[in-house]
Amino acid sequence: MFLKRQLPLLITLICGIVWGVQYFIPHPASDAVYSFYTDWALVIGLFAAILGFISIIRLHSMKIKYHAKNWQFSVVTLAAMPVMIVAALLTGTESGGAFMWLYNYVEVPIEATMFSLLAFYIASAAYRAFRARSAQATALLVAAAIVMLGRVPVGAQISFWTHLFPGTSIPQVASWILNVPNMAAKRAINLGVGLGMMMVSLKIILGIERTYLGGQD
Amino acid sequence: MHLSPSIGVWVAVFLTLCVFSFLYKDNPFYKFAEHLVVGVSIGYGMVLWYTQGILPKFVTPFFKEGKYIYIIPAILGTMIAMQLVRKYAWLARFPMAFLLGAGSGIGLPRTMQAGVIKQLEATMVPMGFSHLQYVWNIVIFVGVLSVLIYFFFSKEHKGVFGGIANIGIWYLMIGFGATFGYTVMARLSLFIGRMLFIIQTALGVQVAG
Amino acid sequence: MKFWEKLLSIDRRIIYLVIAITVILPLFVPTGWPINVTYEVKNIYDYVENLGPDGVVLLSADYDASTLAELQPMFDTSLRHCFSRDVKVMVMSLYPQGVGLAEMSLKRIAKEYNKVNGVDYCFLGYRPGASIIIMGMGSNIRIPFPSDYYGTPLKDIPMMKGINNFSDIDLVISFSGTGIVASWLYYAHEPYNQDIAWGVTAVMASDYYPFLQSHQIVGLIGGMKGAAEYETLISKPGLATSGMDAQSWAHIMIIIFIIIGNIGYLAMRKK
Repeated sequence: MFLKRQLPLLITLICGIVWGVQYFIPHPASDAVYSFYTDWALVIGLFAAILGFISIIRLHSMKIKYHAKNWQFSVVTLAAMPVMIVAALLTGTESGGAFMWLYNYVEVPIEATMFSLLAFYIASAAYRAFRARSAQATALLVAAAIVMLGRVPVGAQISFWTHLFPGTSIPQVASWILNVPNMAAKRAINLGVGLGMMMVSLKIILGIERTYLGGQD
Repeated sequence: MHLSPSIGVWVAVFLTLCVFSFLYKDNPFYKFAEHLVVGVSIGYGMVLWYTQGILPKFVTPFFKEGKYIYIIPAILGTMIAMQLVRKYAWLARFPMAFLLGAGSGIGLPRTMQAGVIKQLEATMVPMGFSHLQYVWNIVIFVGVLSVLIYFFFSKEHKGVFGGIANIGIWYLMIGFGATFGYTVMARLSLFIGRMLFIIQTALGVQVAG
Repeated sequence: MKFWEKLLSIDRRIIYLVIAITVILPLFVPTGWPINVTYEVKNIYDYVENLGPDGVVLLSADYDASTLAELQPMFDTSLRHCFSRDVKVMVMSLYPQGVGLAEMSLKRIAKEYNKVNGVDYCFLGYRPGASIIIMGMGSNIRIPFPSDYYGTPLKDIPMMKGINNFSDIDLVISFSGTGIVASWLYYAHEPYNQDIAWGVTAVMASDYYPFLQSHQIVGLIGGMKGAAEYETLISKPGLATSGMDAQSWAHIMIIIFIIIGNIGYLAMRKK
């Protein structure tokens, strides 16, 4: 019980205190402690990555084995992995070889295009869902419209009133929105996030947060 | 119009259109592209994991430079990977305890310094009516305070407290509006990027710019 | 009433078609509106402009293909600017995909400026670990990067002599579509006073103005528009500038969609 439960918590506590205090000690020994962590954590992470690779291979293998829905496409996934490895072995990882050719002309366009679909979804959402149901929602939409117009070249083109009211062009108003009210709101949110992160770190060090231990025993 | 002579470009165009076909409806071409990119990216990741990770940080120091101490973090990393086997999953707790404990200890003072103290410092700026920027600094200060009060849920939002929290809501709406405007810009940029690839690179039509 | 009901329940694929046409047409028939430059981008430009052959800039391509259209142009432009000022450039990535995108750009642009690997620039490559890599670089770059991307030990690279950690680097610019940029703030700027700048996607840009105001970052390049501004500043219009007209018209169309949607909503609510 001590080995599986208390010992990890003790390790967390000791490491948290040592590396937390390290920040305040301007001594070469303290720097050495810091470097030790960065060096070892890197290698630990490298070997831990094996978990991810085996998991995904296992997932798709199970899909093929049990003929799950669309299992034929899992064959494509599993076949692509060794193709990349063989390409790297034969032609290296520099640009100009088969490995980077596959990366540049297969992975990059598919991934880039998948995320570009979001442009259509946001257009559809703008038409169907973005409603000014209250005064505050209207403020949101107005701010959005000013930023949308102000941050592209057309904003300056349609600001015909700036001769009468200098400094009130759409880009300038958009800049004010971003640098004043938006900045204030985001700062408050960031402060909350920062304090929250500190609390989570403290909870982990003190053993209050134990989800990383996993199971029951 | 000058069509690209590169086969790779046309493979990329074909795969791009496979993904765009999803806009009409889900179909085997889209599923093929979706599964292909997963396989290719994992294969790519595996290669880089070895060439950029294992080789310079373990193989070379351990086998060529005689730094045998690296066997310890290698074993610790493998212990994390033991989560795959239920019987030995508990072994992962020790390296995780080290990583999380040290990581939290390192992160705590730095988050406090950069994320909290410096941000609070930057809010305590000259305020007044003698200079336009000082006026905006008042607006910023009121905004930060009112939004922080809005997020304080341990006290009921009533009376003066509720009034200030309400001001915070207005600041948040403007902030989210700005984020939404920028989000629209981001999403459209991604589509513009793909169109530029097809039009300029594949079809060879030079657009302005 | 029926008109608004029909209009608001139109097939979404028609909306997709309208937005596609709105984006594609201006690419063929550009309006050529000038691009206004904001101070966020000008700050970065001025910083690099004031560096010379003794300057060292680290560009970190911490992104993948999903944000290619926004971040690749700003990375390319930063690289061009640094090379035009004969600044020494180190390129790295905290994302595996970033290294592939960065390497292709680096080779292409280095050739444009006749820059030599190991003398004018060094491609460190990728190491897994994100913030751990940044932490390691603060002590000694050779901890996470004992060799460059091509396997050459850093001690054998002429450019890297005298560059040991952040105290030897003038500016770090991190290009990313994720919160990894904040790691540069916590683990590079805060403990080592390393000057940093961020090139981020437009989604994230509005969240980082507090760090600009507090002077924790030198500057901020936000999205494709930010990249276009930088291209304008170095007088080398590229992909980002090409897309600005389409961006303008697409934004106008989105606003029209929102207006139509809200008019219909109000009309139906009145009924």
